[in-house]
Amino acid sequence: MWIYEKKLQIPVRVNKPNPKLAKFLIEQYGGADGELSAALRYLNQRYSMPNKRAKALLTDIGTEEMAHLEVIATLVYKLVKDATPEQMKEAGLGEYYADHDKALFYVNAAGNPWTATYIQAKGDPIADLAEDIAAEEKARATYQWLINLSDDPDVNEALKFLREREVVHSQRFREALYLVEEDYKKYKYEREEGELWETKDMFTSTEGITPEDFLR
Amino acid sequence: MNAYKEKKSAKKSLLQRLQELEFALVELQLYLDTHPGDQRAVMQFNQLSRKMKQVMYMYESKYGPLLQYGHSLSPYKWVWPYTPWPWEIHY
Repeated sequence: MWIYEKKLQIPVRVNKPNPKLAKFLIEQYGGADGELSAALRYLNQRYSMPNKRAKALLTDIGTEEMAHLEVIATLVYKLVKDATPEQMKEAGLGEYYADHDKALFYVNAAGNPWTATYIQAKGDPIADLAEDIAAEEKARATYQWLINLSDDPDVNEALKFLREREVVHSQRFREALYLVEEDYKKYKYEREEGELWETKDMFTSTEGITPEDFLR
Repeated sequence: MNAYKEKKSAKKSLLQRLQELEFALVELQLYLDTHPGDQRAVMQFNQLSRKMKQVMYMYESKYGPLLQYGHSLSPYKWVWPYTPWPWEIHY
């Protein structure tokens, strides 16, 4: 189960309303490569992920993405909080305001609602982890484009942190992909050498960890 | 009952005790959100919270960490990926 921690991962400073910037940032809230897509993708893929370390990684990165979703929501909320309807309209958020006022909603920068077609769970660990690496790189690029568009140095501090996290996540997922490939190689070798008795052995190895290791 | 089965049922009953305590605390949390002035409920909340932390400590010291990001201490080795995942165990 999950437990909520009533604090942001990083401090988020916004000094003045800036609905134009909010309209761009919402890409990372309800967009294809945004934080909602990331969290739901990883937390959903983990059930059928066979490698144990990759399963832990999907759980832990998926949870961190929920924290990033809250950071983006906070930025958008603070950027539109004191804007007038006229300013919302000028910023291209007139249609958004007509439907949602200042409420947060899962749309991208162009106003399209979030859809599950942004994500996939193929059930094949190599396909899923390759998607996850691509998703992190796309999110990193999006944060770069947002920094290029932004004229608020305080907002950029938060965006730079989030961009760095995408880099770390991508690197961890690459390691997980390597581990899964090693699982397959070992399986192929053992099958060819006649050392493998049961096919289910491919992914069930505890890598030498015994219940005694669980003791604290 | 053999030793293996006995060990397994001890783990299961400790887990169930923890689930019961945590569920009671979820219920109290929701109730208190709309009834923040109920002092008796707050007292019960704190009493169960202390009890839950004790049971969680007992469970974790035997069966491994339950919480992420440093909210549980880890033994060496790092066993987080290797203890059973919630969707894999027989309740």
